[in-house]
Amino acid sequence: MIWDSTDTWIVVIGVLAGISSALLGSYLLLRRMSLMGDAISHAVLPGLAIAFLVTLSRDSVSMFIGAAILGVLTAIVTQILHRNGKVEENASLGVVFTTLFALGLILISLFANKVHLDASCVLYGNIVLSTLDQVSVWGWMVPRAAVVLFIVLLIDIAAIAILFKELRITSFDPAMADTVGFNPWICQYILMSLVAVTAVAAFEVVGSILVVAMIIVPPATAYLLTDRLLVMLVLSVVFGALAAGFGHVAAITVPIWFGFEDTETAGMMAVLAGIFFLLALLGAPRYGILGRLVYRVSLSLRIAREDVLGFLYRAEELRSDQAHSWQAGSIGQAVGISPSLARIALVGLHRAGQIVRHDRSWSLTNQGRNRAASLVRSHRLWETYLAKHFDLPLDHVHRAAMDLEHVTDASMQVALSREVNNPSIDPHGKPMPEAKDQENDPQ
Amino acid sequence: MTTDRIIKQTWLFMMMVVMLVAAPLFAGEVEIQENISFVDQLLRTLSLRDYNTRLVLTGTTLLGLASGVMGTYMLLRRRSLIGDALGHATFPGIALAFMIMVAFGGEGKSLPGLLIGAAVTGLLGVGAVVFIRHWTRLKEDAALGIVLSVWFGIGVALMGLVQSMPGADAAGLESFIYGKTASMVQSDAILIAGAAVTVVIVCTLLFKEFAILSFDVDLARTQGWPLVKIDLIMMLLVTLVVVVGLQAVGLILVVALLIIPAVAARFWTQRLYLMIWIAALIGALSGLVGAGITNLFAGLPAGAVIVLTGSSIFLISLIFGSYRGLVVLLTRRVRLNRRVRYQHLLRALWEAGELKQRASQSQDCITLKWLLQQRAWSQRSLQRLLKSAQRKDLLLFDPNKETVRLTKSGEIEASRVVRNHRLWELYLIHYADIAPSHVDRDADSVEHVIGTDLVRELESAIADAGDVLRPPPSPHKLGVQS
Repeated sequence: MIWDSTDTWIVVIGVLAGISSALLGSYLLLRRMSLMGDAISHAVLPGLAIAFLVTLSRDSVSMFIGAAILGVLTAIVTQILHRNGKVEENASLGVVFTTLFALGLILISLFANKVHLDASCVLYGNIVLSTLDQVSVWGWMVPRAAVVLFIVLLIDIAAIAILFKELRITSFDPAMADTVGFNPWICQYILMSLVAVTAVAAFEVVGSILVVAMIIVPPATAYLLTDRLLVMLVLSVVFGALAAGFGHVAAITVPIWFGFEDTETAGMMAVLAGIFFLLALLGAPRYGILGRLVYRVSLSLRIAREDVLGFLYRAEELRSDQAHSWQAGSIGQAVGISPSLARIALVGLHRAGQIVRHDRSWSLTNQGRNRAASLVRSHRLWETYLAKHFDLPLDHVHRAAMDLEHVTDASMQVALSREVNNPSIDPHGKPMPEAKDQENDPQ
Repeated sequence: MTTDRIIKQTWLFMMMVVMLVAAPLFAGEVEIQENISFVDQLLRTLSLRDYNTRLVLTGTTLLGLASGVMGTYMLLRRRSLIGDALGHATFPGIALAFMIMVAFGGEGKSLPGLLIGAAVTGLLGVGAVVFIRHWTRLKEDAALGIVLSVWFGIGVALMGLVQSMPGADAAGLESFIYGKTASMVQSDAILIAGAAVTVVIVCTLLFKEFAILSFDVDLARTQGWPLVKIDLIMMLLVTLVVVVGLQAVGLILVVALLIIPAVAARFWTQRLYLMIWIAALIGALSGLVGAGITNLFAGLPAGAVIVLTGSSIFLISLIFGSYRGLVVLLTRRVRLNRRVRYQHLLRALWEAGELKQRASQSQDCITLKWLLQQRAWSQRSLQRLLKSAQRKDLLLFDPNKETVRLTKSGEIEASRVVRNHRLWELYLIHYADIAPSHVDRDADSVEHVIGTDLVRELESAIADAGDVLRPPPSPHKLGVQS
């Protein structure tokens, strides 16, 4: 890997673009308007072409004005079509942005000799070339793109800082914003023009697709990790910046491992953003797939353990004069779980000291018996409650109580017992186990 | 939908397809002339004299037709933008297929191979959208956006690799992004025709299945339809359209072909069968006219022109559409407003008569001044309204004395309106437990839209309903409360 100042500038430019896009994208995501980012970054094309035609120069300011106008126009026309034309929202967005994009392509090809704008440059951008066009800032030679992106970033940050409260309320609860006297549409249009300006500043360099990736993917990654707006903004900025930085590193290293030369930095930046998203999708603590799988597995294990305990307790109750001993297979069959799951549950209970092993069979310890009694008490209290309040026939309450007993904690049990007047038998005539002190309760 | 109609529908579609396919394929090449005038060129385009023109027009027309059909289903299933994700998601497949084919010593640009690659990653992209939406708390829009940008990013990165592959000529792969309509060859046209015929046949055979999936998924589920299979077939057809469309108009604009004709068709009808037809027609027309225009003016990007043609048809539909067009909606609203104004006037006059009768005054002289206080109308609008009502023979208005009197036909109409108003008031009082002092305003907006059936029902629900010429007495105090 050869690293020179060009690479540094590429990373700086990418990071700047990533940060601005991710900041605005967070608000778009919360407003469920992520695709607006995609739409606007396509729809600004005619705005750029017209700006070129009017001023006959690649003047940044006129470009930004053209883009901002088109961005807001996209939002407004989409809204009008949706409201007054009764076109479904996504469809109206699709009609508007594809039409504008087509218009832009035609304008560019009609005035190709005047407009020095290549359609493919809009899609891919050209980050390497952009580092060559340098201007002097306080004696330093800095790529023009970096200066422009930095200014745009400052504008974005300033707008978000000033409108933080307004943006938050209109993103989370537009109806409330309306009732407290704040027009949500103003925020909407300010946001849309910011998106348009950012998209234009960025896509000359990194291409519109990367802008879309940076607007949507890092905020989505952050959204899987947190519920707090400020944290989400920070995280999405971090992910945006990391994706941009490592994207370039990946673009010049990864292909070499496979015997190629380097590849498009913009593409790799989007891929990196996608990889971060995939990691969050799998590993996010609360909303990640692995987290949810672990929770699900541990829940079903706990339920299996508790069912086994309850079963052993009921078996004791039935044949209180005999020695009670059971094997894993028969327990599993009786509780309705597979033998292997039953074995796992038994091992867990044994380790917790709630059951003991005699030869090849199992019975409750005192501690286990207390826990089991509490479970069976919850179960029978629920049966009583369901029979009393829901008018369920007696042969229907067992199954519901089987589910409810696992989510009943001590205080709920007390309240439940009070609700059904502390009965001593359940509706089936079985005795209600006494309420033990709950200090052994793992919950 | 009877079997008869299905057969007829198939026939019509098939005839259309066969005619369009047959024309270019059996044509011989015609010599190309240089420096022909615009009029000549127009004539040549219109008469389809050039082999190449015919080919391109056939291809784009059939593509428009097929995407119109599939777009209708996507619109009804609220999946319009899935085409966007699908289109972008095909890109890495093209690059990957190219790399694989080159790696195995092939030339790399075999069209079927590239298109298979495109279809595979496209479908993977759709699968990813479904997965993200199902397994995370992200919404549809974010899922689509993530897939389209990341997949496209992968495609861009892979394209970068392709460029540096030894012995591979990757030039031309980019045509999949922008399309290369003008340089369409016979095999491209045949491919599109095949896709269009497949779409039409499958949609005809599975008309009922697709319809139920589009309108009522829950009903379909409870009735035990194999939803997943039907859905898969539908998505495969959409993928087919997108993939063959890549060649013709490019991946961004094929999205437009999937959305615009369907949305435009929605303004003309609410019947699925008709909507598919209209969407297919609009799609075909966009393809035909768009490609025709491109043929006339050299240098225009054909895909963009086709899309703009579609957009123009959309605009026309938006304004003039016979079912939901703005003109229709506006006329309907103006008519309703006019009727509401007349009915308000008549009711005010009738109630004035009742008040005067109660006070044993002469009923003839209801003054303009009194009427003005009854509603929020200005002097001018009221006078205009009175004059036009007089022309309709509903009342007699004396502009000098500023007095108004109902005619016989006005009285009948007024009593009907008042009766509807009061029936609704009584209904609200009896069945909705609303205080008599609060029902007037509610009934005010409902009285104009109660049909005869509803009036019959109200009559049977309310004991003292009166008859048309003698409405029941008002349940609340009449006149303006001051």
